[in-house]
Amino acid sequence: MEFQNNIPIYLQVIKDIKSRILSGEIHPGDKLPSSREMAVRYGVNPNTASRIYNEMERQGITFTKRGIGTFVTESDEDLAELRKTEVRKLTEKYVSDLTKLGLKGCEIRSEIKQYFLENECGEK
Amino acid sequence: MELVCQNLTKKYFTKKAVDGLNLKIESGHIYALLGPNGSGKSTLMKMIAGLTKPSEGSITLDNEQLSWKTKEKISYTPTEPFFFGYMKIDDVAKYYADFFEDFDMNLFDKVLSEMNLDRSMKTKSLSSGMMAKAKIAASIARRSELIMLDEPLNGIDLLARDSIQELLIKYAPENGSILISSHMVEELERMVDRTIFMKNGRLVADTDVEELRMREGLSVADKYRQLYSEEA
Repeated sequence: MEFQNNIPIYLQVIKDIKSRILSGEIHPGDKLPSSREMAVRYGVNPNTASRIYNEMERQGITFTKRGIGTFVTESDEDLAELRKTEVRKLTEKYVSDLTKLGLKGCEIRSEIKQYFLENECGEK
Repeated sequence: MELVCQNLTKKYFTKKAVDGLNLKIESGHIYALLGPNGSGKSTLMKMIAGLTKPSEGSITLDNEQLSWKTKEKISYTPTEPFFFGYMKIDDVAKYYADFFEDFDMNLFDKVLSEMNLDRSMKTKSLSSGMMAKAKIAASIARRSELIMLDEPLNGIDLLARDSIQELLIKYAPENGSILISSHMVEELERMVDRTIFMKNGRLVADTDVEELRMREGLSVADKYRQLYSEEA
């Protein structure tokens, strides 16, 4: 994975793990590697890896079974919440990028509408 | 493990290579030691390793002055090769095992095989990347509380640098620390969690790297440029 070195590394790794969960590459209930193994895989400092696990647990994305390991949440509610938050972040980024180009709210809406008129809606 | 340098000074004739340095190295971190040539990084490491005596000031490990007892807990790997060409890796292993009580031969073999090296190889026939790996395997196998590496990434190719990075992350001691000096700032960005910046023999900053990104939006390389480019 490509990192930006001026943005906290733990945030970038969490973002990557979240998108792997949402894309279905990591499944609900999957056991995640140990913190040290995670550090090796991403090439990050072991303390950064611990921080990643603490933060994901705090956000309800993972839970720990003592002595066994860390697992991805199986709660539909938490996963739905995660999806909602991530979708909203992408929307915010999209809207903010277009706003920087000078588009107003109604213009963004008609752009999206136009896009779906020209492209098949949804399924590829 | 806690290593403390107080008012540490090293004079060579009239020039001060290290000049009234105060520094604390704590357990559980990987430190980068950065600074331009001549900023005193190697002299500092050599003093901590007990290879050269401070002109003034003190170094303590867990509140004890450095001595033959504390030397066991500190390892130092210089840039220059220090194996003789005729030696096999096996001879190096025996040499280490003789010198250092804490040398763990099983761990050494394990790390070597992970790096696709083995004890029967002659050190003369090793590439610089393989040599760097063997040196680091040896310092990891000492199980020291403080592992110091002077320019471990110098003159080796990208893939060897990647495996050394992986090795260090994998085997970084939980109850100890690693101190790495390097000119390759970019290579260390994500591996280290603290950075010590030196200039003219003094400490100019001791920085938590994730904090630096969070609060100032700067990478280690950005901070390096900020601290040193004004000089020109």
